Amino acid sequence: MQPALAREPNEMSPQAGDRLVYVQGDRKGEVIKVKDLTLGGPLQLAFPMDPNSKTVRDGNRLNQVLVIRLKEDDFNSETKPNTAGGVVAYSAICTHQGCDVSQWKGDKGTLLCVCHGTEYDPKDRGNVVFGPAPRRLPILPLSAEDGVVVVAGGFRGKPGFKDM
Amino acid sequence: MRNRRLAICSAVLLAVGAMSAAHGQNYAPVTAARLTNPEPENWLMTRGNYQGWSYSPLDKINAGNVGKLVPIWSYSTGVTSGHQAPPIVNNGVMFVSTPSAQVLALNAKTGELLWKYKRELPEDFSALHNTNRGVALYGDKVYVTGLEPVVIALDAKTGKVVWEAKMENYKTGYYSTLAPLIVNGKVMAGVSGGEFGVRGFVVAYDAETGKEVWKTYTVPAPGEPGSETWLKADTWKRGGGSVWMTGTYDPDTKLAFWGTGNAAPWFGDQRPGDNLYSSSTVALDPDTGKLKGHFQYHHNDSWDWDEMNAPMVIDYKKDGKDVKGLVKPARNGYLYWLTRSPTSIGFTSATAYVKQDVFKSIDGKGRPTYNEGKVPATGKKASFCPSLWGGKDWPFEAYNPKTGMIYIPANDNHCGFLEGKVQEYVAGKWWTGVDIPDIGFTVDKKPPYLGDLQAWDVAGGKKVWNHTFAESMMWGPLLTTGGNLIFAGGTNDRKFRAFDAKSGKVLWEMGTNSGITAPPSTFAVDGKQYVAVVSGWGVDAAFQQGLINNLTGWKKDVPEGGVIWVFGLAQ
Repeated sequence: MQPALAREPNEMSPQAGDRLVYVQGDRKGEVIKVKDLTLGGPLQLAFPMDPNSKTVRDGNRLNQVLVIRLKEDDFNSETKPNTAGGVVAYSAICTHQGCDVSQWKGDKGTLLCVCHGTEYDPKDRGNVVFGPAPRRLPILPLSAEDGVVVVAGGFRGKPGFKDM
Repeated sequence: MRNRRLAICSAVLLAVGAMSAAHGQNYAPVTAARLTNPEPENWLMTRGNYQGWSYSPLDKINAGNVGKLVPIWSYSTGVTSGHQAPPIVNNGVMFVSTPSAQVLALNAKTGELLWKYKRELPEDFSALHNTNRGVALYGDKVYVTGLEPVVIALDAKTGKVVWEAKMENYKTGYYSTLAPLIVNGKVMAGVSGGEFGVRGFVVAYDAETGKEVWKTYTVPAPGEPGSETWLKADTWKRGGGSVWMTGTYDPDTKLAFWGTGNAAPWFGDQRPGDNLYSSSTVALDPDTGKLKGHFQYHHNDSWDWDEMNAPMVIDYKKDGKDVKGLVKPARNGYLYWLTRSPTSIGFTSATAYVKQDVFKSIDGKGRPTYNEGKVPATGKKASFCPSLWGGKDWPFEAYNPKTGMIYIPANDNHCGFLEGKVQEYVAGKWWTGVDIPDIGFTVDKKPPYLGDLQAWDVAGGKKVWNHTFAESMMWGPLLTTGGNLIFAGGTNDRKFRAFDAKSGKVLWEMGTNSGITAPPSTFAVDGKQYVAVVSGWGVDAAFQQGLINNLTGWKKDVPEGGVIWVFGLAQ
């Protein structure tokens, strides 16, 4: 259930033009560039950031996304238009029970939920390939400007899970 | 945000609360005396009595007639995922808690809904286990943990919230699923979150007001007793020792026994020392929270072996002498006979009840020595048996004073392997030292069996019988009765079964809607005995089933969705 009241800028869902910044690690808070990401994984967790005010939208966990860079030719035709330079972004909130989708299963090439093991296919619009989640991960369309990853539009689908 | 949510919750409750008027007049208040000596016709707490026996003296349904057991009524909970709560019954009123922080109150004889409570969770909330393990009763209230780490007191007649107490902040990984334990008007509860770097505790609230009375951490701060077992600075702060199963209580010594989870993160070399009081039983004074005794099953855990289940309070004979004891089948694969006194927990003996290759020996105080090759560490892979799910996980064992046996829902012939790494701590995020894809779980392609219901003679310390399941794990908490019966589900064929408690023979079985991982209970209304259980597969049982399917080629697919079942003898 979305509260009807207006959200603070740091709670607003990802907006077109937002940059993505690292959630953790040595580069925490830095803007993500295409070439920073290792081709073939692993994934990185990120929050959107308003490029003008530099507000990181970490006030709502549902804004957390995962980004991963794969071979451009490996994406299927539905997925590829949402990618930029081989980089694809999805909601990092599992559609099963809301846990983090924060791990990369390199041998199968799937995005993994830490709670109950749902695996999603990043090359096929976040489709569920294993585990209990009822629906795919919402994709976050991307573009690139001067090598920087830029949000091209809102989530395609509602991030999070349905409580009952 | 928070206030708005509460307001919405209250509105929902008012709407359904009106249904309760009919039975409201006759609700029988639950007193301390009733909890100490529960009437046979009622099932007033999760494991039936304070001692944790999961035993009822009722015997109208018995080994001679259980073949005539039939469903009397059923009721859909409206929720998927793992249902792990028993039907709690007080004078004809049944309370069932479900995943997603819901409580249903029903007429125990007919299944008519009296009221329903549903907590609205924050939109960004998540929990590794979104289950609930039962309500607790006291006075005219029903107490339940809210998945968010809160304890909620509901009016037993209407389901309206009387008070709510916040145990911790969910954003840092804490959550709560256990049934509270109520002694002398103190509502005790604890917290989950061991995989997210929490520091475990037990907390007590005044049953009337919800005011916090005491809080005792399972991981001591520097200077407190036990802190000398945390040798590396600051490791205690996120030291785990979560408390996620209900304690037991001994009215004689006036001690509450609580089980604690493994230390965090999972690998012992990252937090050198014994790490008290993780993987232990602690004895607490329910009035003050003061620690009166402890027993650690294994020190410096590296296998994710929580010892979250409190031991059963059982007096047994040892070498011809009466012993005031505690008995516990531990997750580490050993069955323990312990002693209890007002100031200590002592060790009598322990024996492996499943294949266990980690312990080299156990000394006279119960402390094991380890086969070093079986101890995973940071950058060191090691395999070990049993796997992290242990000889048994949380499903309850049972004790039947008429047969003198304890019964264990065990799992055998499974092993695991782990290799640790240092993970950056981020509040509220997975922090075990191992990524999920790297958690090793192994079973043979054709295992002789996995699930293993075992019966042990308490006095003799020997296994009397066992019943194995060739193609299923055993995730079913047990109920045993004065009718020489054991009731349990727990298998991937959706069945609910009755066993002969003396011989282990299956006397009755029936397929249900889903798989059963909830404790059965039994009660009587108007002189007729009923057996109740909730069927609803999910969380660890479902996750593990997926892994086993991959390893063995099985195609077991257990549908989810919760249904309360109530059985009785055909007329």
